[in-house]
Amino acid sequence: MPLAWLGAVPFLGFVGIFLLLPTAIVTIEAFASEGRLSLINIRELSQGYVVDSFVNSVVLSTASALIGAVFGALLAYAVVTGRSDGWLRRSTTAASGVLAQAGGVTLAFAFLATIGGEGLITVFLRDHGVDIYANGVWLYELRGLVLVYTYFQVPLMVLVFLPALDGVRVQWREATVTLGGTTWDYWRHVAVPLLTPPFLGATLLLFANAFSAYATAAALITQGGIIVPLQIRTALTSEVLLGRENIGKALALGMIVVVTVVMTLYALLQRRTARWLR
Amino acid sequence: MAQVTATRPGEVTSPSRSGANARSRRRLNVIRTGVLIAAGLFFLVPIAAMFEFSTRGTGIGAARTLTYWRAIPTYPELIGAIEVSLELAVITSVAVLLLLAPTMIWVKLRLPRLNRVIEFLCLLPLTIPAIVLVVGLAPVYLWVTYFFGDSTLNLWFAYVILVLPYAYRALDAGMAVLDMHTLAEAARSLGAGWLTVIFRVIAPNLSSALINTALLSVALVLGEFTIASLLNYQNLQVEINNLGQASAGVSIAVAVALLIFMFALLIALSFLGRARHRGVQAIPTAAPAPSAPAGEA
Repeated sequence: MPLAWLGAVPFLGFVGIFLLLPTAIVTIEAFASEGRLSLINIRELSQGYVVDSFVNSVVLSTASALIGAVFGALLAYAVVTGRSDGWLRRSTTAASGVLAQAGGVTLAFAFLATIGGEGLITVFLRDHGVDIYANGVWLYELRGLVLVYTYFQVPLMVLVFLPALDGVRVQWREATVTLGGTTWDYWRHVAVPLLTPPFLGATLLLFANAFSAYATAAALITQGGIIVPLQIRTALTSEVLLGRENIGKALALGMIVVVTVVMTLYALLQRRTARWLR
Repeated sequence: MAQVTATRPGEVTSPSRSGANARSRRRLNVIRTGVLIAAGLFFLVPIAAMFEFSTRGTGIGAARTLTYWRAIPTYPELIGAIEVSLELAVITSVAVLLLLAPTMIWVKLRLPRLNRVIEFLCLLPLTIPAIVLVVGLAPVYLWVTYFFGDSTLNLWFAYVILVLPYAYRALDAGMAVLDMHTLAEAARSLGAGWLTVIFRVIAPNLSSALINTALLSVALVLGEFTIASLLNYQNLQVEINNLGQASAGVSIAVAVALLIFMFALLIALSFLGRARHRGVQAIPTAAPAPSAPAGEA
């Protein structure tokens, strides 16, 4: 049997070098400065600009996750009440697959072409006497990012929430009706209680997704560090101060902590859902 | 609960239907249509706007023009980046298949104890965002450059890691509906070696899962920006972004073309998935269908 272990060595080796080692580097060197053990990087996390970026990241992720979850669930419900093998469902799933990862440069450009200074909607509305940027250009601020992130959050919600909605059996509704319940009773006592854990779970997943997102914001906002991922970009690309070369790793470690907490909660809720989703 | 017949909501029209029921049905249809139209607008308008932007003429009131689209081939860096990204897509798909598929088969057959470890490692990149991974990868890539030279193609090492969660789910879904132990025992009793079992007996039975994995890898690699940009490599997305500063029209034209290509790819994938489900109808789908990558955002 010991020889059988050799079969897993190439995979374990590769993952060790390109996944575990980088993670270890981030975790360990966040506590190092000039080759010695130090808390200077971690202390840097309490600086105003870092705290602000973490707060902004959490606000952005929460807002886009809630908006994405609500509208994504609505869209998933609209799709699931149609035919299960119909054209609508297949194209929505495929489109969600593309759009959920359409984030990045393309998405930033799409919104520049839509509501940028010379965008389709901006120009159209301006011609009709409405200036969406009357109070300043908000596309490059947190509000703008929330709107842009919604574009990939909603499709992700559709992908994650569809299986849960599929698991809701029409027989449960029939049972409610047979027992004299109304539509309201069905939603109040059957559907909503059952769908709450997967809904919350999906919202957490959306939160983690927005929190980890970098490319869209980076393409839209070319300078500065309004959110944590952009702070990391600054830390990686700008001149390093002596003894501060590991700030980026401390920021990265902070992100790992947040995402791990959120994903653990997600896994717990997922397990709860799995009990009836068979 | 498991033996309840799996009917989807909405498919059922029970014979007895009161007026109240029909009314709520109508109301549902109105809401449905409203939601679908709103979603359609929200998702299609930005794409339409990109198309509109990329066909704008210069000057007010100028006619539609394909100037930007025609200009695409005149940017050598862009063509180079397209080539590199396509090469990366191929290398990454092949690498992830060669690395992961045999390992998963081997572990499921011979090392069941390692099953959970492999799953954990494959899903780990979901909790390590690319922006975090790149911080730790930067020192590792100093060594990669030292050993393999300074080539954009080196990115495949990192891309295999990014693809792992999606590849694992796709392959796992394929393997869940395949009785690998029986296949392996049959082949072994007929004198086949383990390599034959993996590559000539089991792998062909997983063909649709393998193709799924490859297509997902291609989609992910063509959309990757974070790691390439922060490790200073010029892949397609980085180049599109750079070009955006020089000529927004051309870069948006390329972005539209890429989006159409990705959509076609994913449509192909959904059809493959359907064909597979038709083939194995009798077996309940234990594993969820592989969802598309959602990481790069």
